[in-house]
Amino acid sequence: MSRSTKYLKIFAYTYLIFLYAPALLLPLFSFNASQIIAFPLSGFTTNWFENLLYQETLHEALKNSLIVAVSSSILGTILGVLASRAATRYDFTGKQISLTFILAPLVLPEIIVGVALLIVLIQLGLPLNLWSVVLGHTLLILPFSILIMNSAFSNLDISLEEASMDLGENQFGTFYRVILPLVFPGIMASLLIGFTLSLDEFIIAFFLTGTETTLPVYIWAQFRFPKKLPTTMALGTVLLIVSLILLSLSEYFRRRAANSQNSVL
Amino acid sequence: MTTLVEVQDISKSFGAVNAVDGVSLEIDQGQFFSLLGPSGCGKTTLLRLIAGFERPSSGHLLIDNKPMDGVEPNLRPTNMVFQNYAIFPHLNVEQNVAYGLRKKSISKIEKEEMINQVLELVGLSELNLRSANALSGGQKQRVALARALILKPKVLLLDEPLSALDKKLREQMQLELRHLQRAVGITFILVTHDQEEALTMSDKVAVMFDGKVEQVASPRELYERPTSQRVASFIGAMNFINGTVMEAKNEIGINSDILGPLTISRSQVFGDLTENKIIIGIRPERISIVSDGSSVTGSISGRITDASYFGETTYYKVACGKGSETLTVSAQNSFGQMDYQIGEEVKLNVDIKSLVGFSD
Ligand SMILES: Nc1ncnc2c1ncn2[C@@H]1O[C@H](COP(=O)(O)OP(=O)(O)O)[C@@H](O)[C@H]1O
Ligand SMILES: [Mg+2]
Repeated sequence: MSRSTKYLKIFAYTYLIFLYAPALLLPLFSFNASQIIAFPLSGFTTNWFENLLYQETLHEALKNSLIVAVSSSILGTILGVLASRAATRYDFTGKQISLTFILAPLVLPEIIVGVALLIVLIQLGLPLNLWSVVLGHTLLILPFSILIMNSAFSNLDISLEEASMDLGENQFGTFYRVILPLVFPGIMASLLIGFTLSLDEFIIAFFLTGTETTLPVYIWAQFRFPKKLPTTMALGTVLLIVSLILLSLSEYFRRRAANSQNSVL
Repeated sequence: MTTLVEVQDISKSFGAVNAVDGVSLEIDQGQFFSLLGPSGCGKTTLLRLIAGFERPSSGHLLIDNKPMDGVEPNLRPTNMVFQNYAIFPHLNVEQNVAYGLRKKSISKIEKEEMINQVLELVGLSELNLRSANALSGGQKQRVALARALILKPKVLLLDEPLSALDKKLREQMQLELRHLQRAVGITFILVTHDQEEALTMSDKVAVMFDGKVEQVASPRELYERPTSQRVASFIGAMNFINGTVMEAKNEIGINSDILGPLTISRSQVFGDLTENKIIIGIRPERISIVSDGSSVTGSISGRITDASYFGETTYYKVACGKGSETLTVSAQNSFGQMDYQIGEEVKLNVDIKSLVGFSD
């Protein structure tokens, strides 16, 4: 191993520690018996997790979050599939520019997206509710979906579509019998990433929600009550684990998408 | 014989590139027809025009006397074996083969029977449930064939189907394809850049250059009576000798440095004979080395300058005449055939009847 790769490795590990060590504190304190978040730890308890079962506003927020995450991941993925299909199969003027604009939320600070959407919705006289959050999250998810579906579609060999047409299928049958099954892992990856993004998203949800709060907004509100901090940490731990599972699943599908098609060629 | 596929003055351009340029062809029912030409000459494009994947920029196509203008590929009586086979990777062998049967009203049992029959025909019996990803190149090719043949198309289109296979398997598949075609009686149109493949398999071959068809003929005619220098040198090897036309009547009198004065028939000469310059073409195997230099028989004297050994044949380069012109001569390494050494003086005999002349 050369010197520079050795330093690179050290850098990478340090980076990972700074990135994830704080997240590890979350589960640590959520099992700590004391209400005060400080070392030394004072004993093991699962009380804070039990508490989660009796918080009605939490359940309400969870329900809202699920509605938003399911709707926006499905909407974002449908739009992503259509946009990537168009971008990979057809040439039209303004393709690059429109793609750039659609991908912009990837790099724009969420607060800008949130404020901009808020202004637009108010100007249009539309009410702020869960559906405005769905709209915001769809906008956020779309670029991720497009990137995932772009690679799925560009791996798709066009002669498979032609073979299907040649064997008597029409466009619709070809989409259903060949294209969809082959990009299916990509669609799953997009849905899962979209769901995770939406579930964790705070700023846009905070700006666009009316009276109904989503989970992250609920958590933020809980910080005003120091007594509830350990319970909130327990909730954070659950969310962390769920997110990790969802992301691993989506990575699994993304890789399958890449593999299943490479082996074809 | 009835004409099944009629290509009428079809052109296809992609931007500034004229991929197919005013091609007309008639392909008979039950024929094994090949489109032969160097890479990029427009063979695939012509095949895709027949399949319906491309629309002609101008011209028309008739299949079985029906105009194909605007008819989508799924509604044409053609099926295609793609160059990369295009086997559906998410389906197994049987599902691939049955792909086109979905809309046909056939009972399940009948379907099963058809699948097994066609798999047997292409030599894939018992592999019904094998996953597409677990197939070798040769097997994929057979699945692609089975998938098309089960639909009993009027025309089967094959785009360089053998080019991805190794030499041994390729030669075996050439024979099998030929037998298969005779057995099913379907018209095959094969695209290939391999002249040997075209000659051994086809009833008729169209040679293409730069989007145009240069000659359509049977393999024998193509080899023995190529109508242009380009065709002659694309198909097999040929010596080209500069000559002068001395007399042009029913018989053509020609003089050349190497061959001396000789007379050939008008049917051996292609071109309009407006100039008195002519190129004489002669295949290496139509020249024989008759003896060493001391013998009296043989009309041309020369000296061996190079020898390439190919197992059953040896190719000699022989320097002839006063100039630096050389002839390539092939000799079968059969029983009793002599070996010649580089530098050896020899005499050559030329089969005058097999000469062709190109005048343009
Ligand atoms: N879809 C296309 N777009 C642009 N040019 C093309 C396309 N298909 C073929 N061509 C061009 O047309 C010419 C003929 O191509 P092709 O029919 O594939 O030749 P062949 O099969 O004989 O090798 C080539 O110059 C090729 O670059
Ligand atoms: Mg080609």
